[in-house]
Amino acid sequence: MKFSSKSLSALLFIVTGLLLFQACKPKGTQSAVSGNAASRVYVAPGKYDEFYDFVSGGFSGQMAVYGIPSGRLLRVIPVFSVDPEKGYGYSEETKPMLNTSHGFVPWDDLHHIALSQTDGIQDGRWVFANGNNTPRLARVDLKTFRTAEILEIPNSAGNHSSPFITENSEYVVAGTRFSIPMDNSNGDVAINTYKQNFKGTLSFIAVDKTSGNMSINFQILLPGVDFDLARAGKGKSHGWFFFSCYNSERANTLLEVNASQKDKDFILCVNWKKAEEYLKSGKGKKTPANYAHNNYDEKTHSATSTMMKEVVMLDPKDCPDMVYFMPCPKSPHGCDTDPTGEYIVGSGKLAATIPVFSFTKIQAAIAAKSYDGEYEGIPVLKYESVLYGEVTKPGLGPLHTEFDDKGNAYTSFFVSSEIVKWNIKDLKVLDRVPTYYSVGHLSVAGGPSKKPWGKYMIAYNKITKDRFLPTGPELAQSAQLYDISGEKMKLLLDFPTIGEPHYAEMIPAELISKNSVKIFKIEENANPYAAKGDNFARVERKGNDIHVYATSIRSHFNPDNIEGVKMGDVVYFHITNLEQDWDVPHGFAIKGANNGELLIMPGETQTLKWIPEKPGVYPFYCTDFCSALHQEMQGYIRVSAAGSSVPISFSMGKTTPDSISTKATN
Amino acid sequence: MKKIFSLPVIALSMLLACNNKSDNKTGSSPVDEVVTSSGQEAVKDDESAKDVVKVAMGSKDHTTLVAALKQAELVTSLSNAGPFTVFAPTNAAFDKLPGGTVDGLMKDDKKADLQNILQYHVAVAGYKAENMKDGQVIGMANGDNITLSVKDGKVMVNGIANIIASIPASNGIIHVIDAVLLPPQKK
Repeated sequence: MKFSSKSLSALLFIVTGLLLFQACKPKGTQSAVSGNAASRVYVAPGKYDEFYDFVSGGFSGQMAVYGIPSGRLLRVIPVFSVDPEKGYGYSEETKPMLNTSHGFVPWDDLHHIALSQTDGIQDGRWVFANGNNTPRLARVDLKTFRTAEILEIPNSAGNHSSPFITENSEYVVAGTRFSIPMDNSNGDVAINTYKQNFKGTLSFIAVDKTSGNMSINFQILLPGVDFDLARAGKGKSHGWFFFSCYNSERANTLLEVNASQKDKDFILCVNWKKAEEYLKSGKGKKTPANYAHNNYDEKTHSATSTMMKEVVMLDPKDCPDMVYFMPCPKSPHGCDTDPTGEYIVGSGKLAATIPVFSFTKIQAAIAAKSYDGEYEGIPVLKYESVLYGEVTKPGLGPLHTEFDDKGNAYTSFFVSSEIVKWNIKDLKVLDRVPTYYSVGHLSVAGGPSKKPWGKYMIAYNKITKDRFLPTGPELAQSAQLYDISGEKMKLLLDFPTIGEPHYAEMIPAELISKNSVKIFKIEENANPYAAKGDNFARVERKGNDIHVYATSIRSHFNPDNIEGVKMGDVVYFHITNLEQDWDVPHGFAIKGANNGELLIMPGETQTLKWIPEKPGVYPFYCTDFCSALHQEMQGYIRVSAAGSSVPISFSMGKTTPDSISTKATN
Repeated sequence: MKKIFSLPVIALSMLLACNNKSDNKTGSSPVDEVVTSSGQEAVKDDESAKDVVKVAMGSKDHTTLVAALKQAELVTSLSNAGPFTVFAPTNAAFDKLPGGTVDGLMKDDKKADLQNILQYHVAVAGYKAENMKDGQVIGMANGDNITLSVKDGKVMVNGIANIIASIPASNGIIHVIDAVLLPPQKK
């Protein structure tokens, strides 16, 4: 077979034409990435993203904030882990934030995100997050993007079923994954007495409407299953909460096998309005407890930690009609309510179907006492009585479901590594897209609220492998952005994330950006160690404690020459940033410090504790490039021997201070 | 062979045309959008303290200086982090110059001269009046020096300009002066 050059060029012309025709077609289903993906995620330099995306940082203990659709990392907010970059957990002011009943715990495993809501719609005030390891709940203030509050959860271990939120932010919840002997009982029991001695609890944490402050309103004492995930009812189901749980076998070893025995585990339906009635009528039992409640005050720029000594416990035995178990196939994980509040979608990790429960049918089943016996004294609703329908053969390993603004649901499948779009009403599968690889949570913009914004969906993947340039054995985990505005889901972008991204929530940018604080007003600084001007800059000795009240402003510290410190002294550098200009923090670091640096926002005071190790002169400097003379922003502190007679002295700008002696005298 | 060579060109142009079309239609931010960014002077911020440029702009006695800073394209630099010490001649100070001097300097072909003069009024450091010393020499942004004299707590620059007020700004200090400082003549 031979082609003449003429026929070859003719063939090429046809092929090229065909290729062009393909390229101009609205993206073929065969291509993973749609043709205009680049322009859909391109945010021009200087332009803002459309959404903020608050993403759990998993075992980093922090929360990351990305811009969507660009996938640009905007901020890492330190929550449960110390952050040397920002001095969080290193400054004296922030250390109390990480206090617990176990003492200072500098790390946790942050899994889930819950944005505050008003009338079921994201309101942009706060974002809540759970600490999975040492059970804690955090509230981040979205005016400052800083952790404002951390509340430890007693009678809990593995705070995984948290911090899901009700439609007016009345409650965020904390359900224990690992059941344990209760805190006030003798915990020194044989592990194989699990069924007798181990209990689970659900905590309902009230959120103050104005301040956002959290307090445990009540806990519910439950059988020792593993509470996994949860969602509040909304609209017609407001007043109810739904918690998935596995290990109804109550196994205490090799759960991989032993907690997968039964055909069905449960979703627990909690009537929390009923619980409030029981609480009011005195059915709650005050139970001794010991847990930390930590608050950061933006006026004093300081955190306080208070040990709380009691919780109120509701026992379903004393409170009929408060909780019901609803059978759900095969170790349910996700438990998601649709925007109308009518449908509750359970995702059994090992199930071949996705059951969709009807709130209306749940109510009817309760009224008709359509039970299938009891589990540890709690009524079990008959599966057929509460089931709206099942999505059959949707994929393998369903985990989580979110919803768009058009009556569609999106479920992530870990095992088959895909996201499946289906219609809530007729339960028909509409579309499926692969994820790269092994998706865990997924998130639709506004997906858990009454008013999903739709438009974008993000898959948070567990396995990255070859998606990015290799970086050794470990790779950043990947997020994948999809356009869900059309009938078909379209992959737009991969972007790397910090830690392990579990759950995340997107919110329209303007709901938050308009409230963002730029500076702290210096005149409102109520830190007791503030030096609100050069005339307050000083050094004071109180016994063996040296307090340096220093100011920082472009481009110097005042004082910047300090003498009279002796071995055995503990030095506290209280640095007040006098700047009143957006994005001009100053840092503070001193040679040999065994902790970290300070990063002090405009108008703020922060304190670094420093214990000198030997006599000498130690330089300190500003760590954050603040100005043209940042490199000049430095100073010295002199440390003399223990018995030295060098007096305390301090200065700035003096070249021949008369108060400074030239040599140490012993 | 010529025909074959021309094919990729046709293909490329068709492809580009096709892509551009779809971009404009569906792109949330079209790729070909060119954003001409301003400097920090354009940052919207009503909370922070005012920088040296904004302080000057708020003064009715400094309209000539502000106009000159704009003409000399120094607004972006002076909106930066600093720290700056700006000796800010009042309108009256500019009026003391020989007739036509300011108008002449405001012409586009005199921009370099205007920049040189204005930069002679700016030091990159924070010099507070109370710390100024008699005989102190300060290097200015244009590369020349000024000399301070201090008598009875009053500061004079180069023997001709009195500091009549000092105003703190977010990125430095403004010393209001009653005469324009002229850089030394180049030899």
